[in-house]
Amino acid sequence: MNDASNRILAELLEARTGQQLPPSRRWRIGTALSGLYRELGITHLDQLIAMMAQSRDSVLAQRVVEALLNNETYFFRDRAVFDQLAQATLPELAKRRADRRHLSIWSAGCSTGQEALSLAMLFCEQESRWAGWTIDIIGTDVSRSVIEVARKGCYSPFEIQRGLGMVQMLQWFEESPDGWCASDRLKRMVRFQTHSILEPLPATSPFDLILCRNLLLYFAGENRARVYNRLAAALAPDGFLMLGAGETVIGHTEQFLPETGMVGIYSQTRAGIARRSEMRRCDTAA
Amino acid sequence: MTSCLIVDDSRVIRKVSRHILEAMGFAVDEAGNGLEAIDFCQQAMPDLILLDWNMPVMSGIEFIKLLRSTDKGDRPKVVFCTTENDAAHIRAAIQAGANEYVMKPFDRETLQIKLQLIGIA
Ligand SMILES: C[S@@+](CC[C@H](N)C(=O)[O-])C[C@H]1O[C@@H](n2cnc3c(N)ncnc32)[C@H](O)[C@@H]1O
Repeated sequence: MNDASNRILAELLEARTGQQLPPSRRWRIGTALSGLYRELGITHLDQLIAMMAQSRDSVLAQRVVEALLNNETYFFRDRAVFDQLAQATLPELAKRRADRRHLSIWSAGCSTGQEALSLAMLFCEQESRWAGWTIDIIGTDVSRSVIEVARKGCYSPFEIQRGLGMVQMLQWFEESPDGWCASDRLKRMVRFQTHSILEPLPATSPFDLILCRNLLLYFAGENRARVYNRLAAALAPDGFLMLGAGETVIGHTEQFLPETGMVGIYSQTRAGIARRSEMRRCDTAA
Repeated sequence: MTSCLIVDDSRVIRKVSRHILEAMGFAVDEAGNGLEAIDFCQQAMPDLILLDWNMPVMSGIEFIKLLRSTDKGDRPKVVFCTTENDAAHIRAAIQAGANEYVMKPFDRETLQIKLQLIGIA
């Protein structure tokens, strides 16, 4: 495979998503793009690069970018942290928001929506605790194709059973010719929107809880710092940030600190809160 | 050590499943059909049964109904392995006494999550 073509691809991905494609991840390119190659009747990356150069719009480039993204996700990924959300984090937020009875939650890099729907199921399964509350869950992803799937909320027989127990499947999803589709009750709680985490925040911020899981690992250096700035700007000063299993803020940012007694949950430091006000001012000005 | 009985008429599937379960630390036994499995259970009731849905001699559903009606037959957790997961199949499995189901072919991670759901592993 041609090095120059690889570089073009890496630059395209970084420009559109902020993600890096280090040489260690380049082995995946062929597999990731194989569907697209087949569809276009080509066999080489060089041919694809030539086609992108000749095309007049950026539709092909966007499809290439989306094919390169890793969209791996499943329901209740890392179940233990969802149990912790249900038993510790959400009850704490309930106390902090008792006057407003409203929670705003952001699933950043939500892929095909399983993370946001898992959250919605948590709330529905604790019905009495949340009676009278409005829960607003927004999922965003830079990839249009995954947002389309998330909006539809229908999953294949294989996808639906990944992480979900059979009783949950029957309770919260309905079988249809399109697959297993989320019930209206779940769908009413979630919204999905195309958005890059490097861009100014979705309008509904500040959020009480942000899930940013299995996304930061693809960012390095300056872009990682930008992501933390965005997260700090979008999070309420007393809100919580949740990262993926094995991810940490330590050594990456001074805006967040681990929350004692909760695994994978972070809260903002004074520096983060200061940064937050600054970012929000910039976004309003821009 | 937690014991697991794999019930499947396909030797290949049994081999793959055994590999995964042993790597997870289970003591594994195999049965090629439901009748063999019932015999086995009468001698030593396993903690977990990984059960194929479609088998000659005795189907998975017949097996689990029979198992649940025998002495101590309510003890093992039973996970169905199936390629069909329409709602009707799942309802039938729950009704017959299954604890979970997993779609074939499965990998270690997927199975592990199912086992966590039912409090094993
Ligand atoms: C590996 S998935 C993780 C999905 C889910 N959060 C989970 O943990 O199961 C990462 C997602 O981040 C998305 N992503 C990558 N770069 C992004 C960016 N700059 N802005 C928003 N989403 C992005 C990808 O499209 C992908 O769907």
